[in-house]
Amino acid sequence: MEMPKPDKKVLSRKARVVARLQDVLPHSAVIHDERETRAYECDALTAYKCPPMVAVLPQDTKEVAAVLRICHEEGVPVVPRGSGTSLAGGALPTADCVILGVARMNGVIETDYENRLIRVQTGRTNLSVTGAVEEDGFFYAPDPSSQLACAIAGNIAMNSGGAHCLKYGVTTNNLMGVTMVMMDGEVVEVGGGHLDAGGLDLLGLICGSEGQLGVVTEATLRILPKPEGARPVLMGFDDNEVAGACVSDIIKAGVLPVAIEFMDRPCIEATEAFAKAGYPMCEALLIVEVEGSEAEIDHQLSLIMEIARRHNPVELRESKSAEESAAIWLGRKSAFGAMGQINDYMCLDGTIPVSSLPMVLRRIGEMSEEFGLKVGNVFHAGDGNMHPLILFDANKPGDLELCEAFGAEILKLCVEAGGCLTGEHGVGIEKRDLMHVQYAPADLEAQMAVKDVFDPGWLLNPAKVFPLDASEGRRAPALAAE
Amino acid sequence: MDIKSEEDLVEAVRGADGLLSVKGGGTRGFAPSGDPLSVAGLSGITLYEPGALTMVAQAGTPVAEIEAALAKENQRLAFEPMDHRSLLGTKGTPTIGGIFAANVSGPRRIAVGAARDFLLGVRFVDGAGAVVKNGGRVMKNVTGYDLVKLMAGSFGTLGVLSEVSFKVLPCPETEASLVVHGLDDAQAIAALARAMGSPFEVTGAAYDPAAQHCVIRIEGFESSVSYRMQRLKELLKNAGGDIAEWDAAASAIFWAAQRDVAAFAENAGDVWRVSCKPSDAPMLAAKAGAEAHCYDWAGGLIWLRTATGTDVRARLGVFGGHATFMRGAEDMRKLQGVFQPESAGVARLTAGLRARFDPRGIFNSGLMGAAL
Repeated sequence: MEMPKPDKKVLSRKARVVARLQDVLPHSAVIHDERETRAYECDALTAYKCPPMVAVLPQDTKEVAAVLRICHEEGVPVVPRGSGTSLAGGALPTADCVILGVARMNGVIETDYENRLIRVQTGRTNLSVTGAVEEDGFFYAPDPSSQLACAIAGNIAMNSGGAHCLKYGVTTNNLMGVTMVMMDGEVVEVGGGHLDAGGLDLLGLICGSEGQLGVVTEATLRILPKPEGARPVLMGFDDNEVAGACVSDIIKAGVLPVAIEFMDRPCIEATEAFAKAGYPMCEALLIVEVEGSEAEIDHQLSLIMEIARRHNPVELRESKSAEESAAIWLGRKSAFGAMGQINDYMCLDGTIPVSSLPMVLRRIGEMSEEFGLKVGNVFHAGDGNMHPLILFDANKPGDLELCEAFGAEILKLCVEAGGCLTGEHGVGIEKRDLMHVQYAPADLEAQMAVKDVFDPGWLLNPAKVFPLDASEGRRAPALAAE
Repeated sequence: MDIKSEEDLVEAVRGADGLLSVKGGGTRGFAPSGDPLSVAGLSGITLYEPGALTMVAQAGTPVAEIEAALAKENQRLAFEPMDHRSLLGTKGTPTIGGIFAANVSGPRRIAVGAARDFLLGVRFVDGAGAVVKNGGRVMKNVTGYDLVKLMAGSFGTLGVLSEVSFKVLPCPETEASLVVHGLDDAQAIAALARAMGSPFEVTGAAYDPAAQHCVIRIEGFESSVSYRMQRLKELLKNAGGDIAEWDAAASAIFWAAQRDVAAFAENAGDVWRVSCKPSDAPMLAAKAGAEAHCYDWAGGLIWLRTATGTDVRARLGVFGGHATFMRGAEDMRKLQGVFQPESAGVARLTAGLRARFDPRGIFNSGLMGAAL
């Protein structure tokens, strides 16, 4: 993955930059020793590594503003970092950058049940937002699978989703307001405890902008009362196409499940070998979960099973208890770990219209033969967000490149099918150069115009999201102006 | 110029030699100066996949046509867009592009989200005449910046929508409403907060002080609705009022009227729409001192009917939220501004975006904040 060359002028000013940062932050919050900056050299896309020039760990909005003001004056690129769980390289440093980590900013500022909102510092982890309110019967809905570790800052940057967003929406649908520090250090408040913007929807624009428009330091999040209960049904089919049709019929029927998860045969086999969840051996497996009171759950599950029966399932297993629910979810939740036992894998994230599911799965199977690499599919079927896991051997020369080429072909297929490159992981560096596949030059130009307005010097999270050739004209003059 | 295609639209924008007044069906009563540019001729449903809960339509497609097509599949626009015509005394045909350009949402917004939450993809023509697309027709999409949200609620100031794709939802089997009678404003908002804080998935929460009706809507399967109504009744039995139930028909009539603010349609006077934190609502309504007011979104939305020319923003003072001047004399709306003035930081970003998307400053000049 090509990254721009580090700016020598910036590197030559390292000592001065460190000294200035130490003026505004405690010394322990400015990490500049080469052995220590290595801790920030990559995120969860571990194939790419580059230690930053400096890493800072501010503890509030004021400190973030001070850091950004200095970096702006010194012309130093800044890469914001939540917990570093990005699968897309969203927090990959450049050698001349300051990593701005929000990990020390993890407080709860306000909990307001009357208005069903919580305000937190954005370094707080996703799961601990729910942790702060669950004793009182509330939860924060977006649930990315990294929720134990991932920070709200990263969730906002990538507009993260999760298994339950079929019903509750993704981050952008649950974000009410932010405090954001602009690259020049100005603090801007957007949204708050009220609904909808009074002017342009800047909040919607900030969410999913991959840390390129500003550093979000505080967020007001919508919290919801916990449902009375939830239970899944597991169903197995002999054919992907039939499983796809079943998903479509369930959605049309007016039952709104919280989750519809899909696994194909390679994934089921790997999962069984690993977790022994007792899944049926078949071509496609669906887990459909609904919420409500016991009676409401019974009613919805009976409707769903009636639909499933019309598609001749090889297995239909309704959970009647918490234990049975856990057993049904066990395999799905260990699917990634199971695939990881077999080999290294790359996890893709394209989204397709649900109606294209059978065609896309068939083509992925054919491509798997062509590339000679195995693929398992496990994904959120209700909203068409696929997660093909391509297996490869990181120790075998050329295998990573082959895997990346295969992945790119799958993502192009998703776009062809009427879908997109990424449903919830973000573009980062991973899909940066594929943006041309989905967007025409004018489409990219409009997006880059937004960046021009928020960060005219293009210093925030450089070389992400936009293909390097498309953004070059904007990044180069910014550097030349130094 | 009669716009029949996206190419026509491009030509009209490129060829414009002055300001353009961009509109869909023109039911909002905005009259920015400039040559009228209507997308009403860009009409028709391009794609509808009921099994994927998605529809794609040309921006000028009448909302009625969309709703009719959805009804055939027992689906709907779940964000319940209001029809402004009776309240504002306007004519014209509401268009789907207008709904999204103005981010128009009704009572169900508190449960399912706003119009902007349902908008999946857009095609628009920017101020330089370039066709831009963003998003798509899938539910989850984080590919690049979310210009879809930016376009939703931008009132034609950044570009002219030519096509929208959006999410739809199945219609529920039935609905019912619980009515608590005899509460004051503060008690009513507290009761609505209790209902919203329950797991019973309330899809409407309104209070009409004139009728003293505090109304809570439940939708879903028959058995589920009756169960939830029962539980809500227990929850609110000490709220202080008398509790009654409205069946599906009565409930539907109330919410249709609530959606369109029918209570204010017949009376003269200005109309304001205030978005705020629900618990602030009774205090803000008292400050506004309006001739009439009512609450939606559990208090998060206040409708005010005031004497002509009342400076509502001055009365409300500084608060978390915003007040929109919905109905009033044109000169007063120009003087006070339709939209709440924004903080310096936000205003600067807004001005910057307008300058980039519409460099000549030709779209709906003066409608939203100050142009650069």
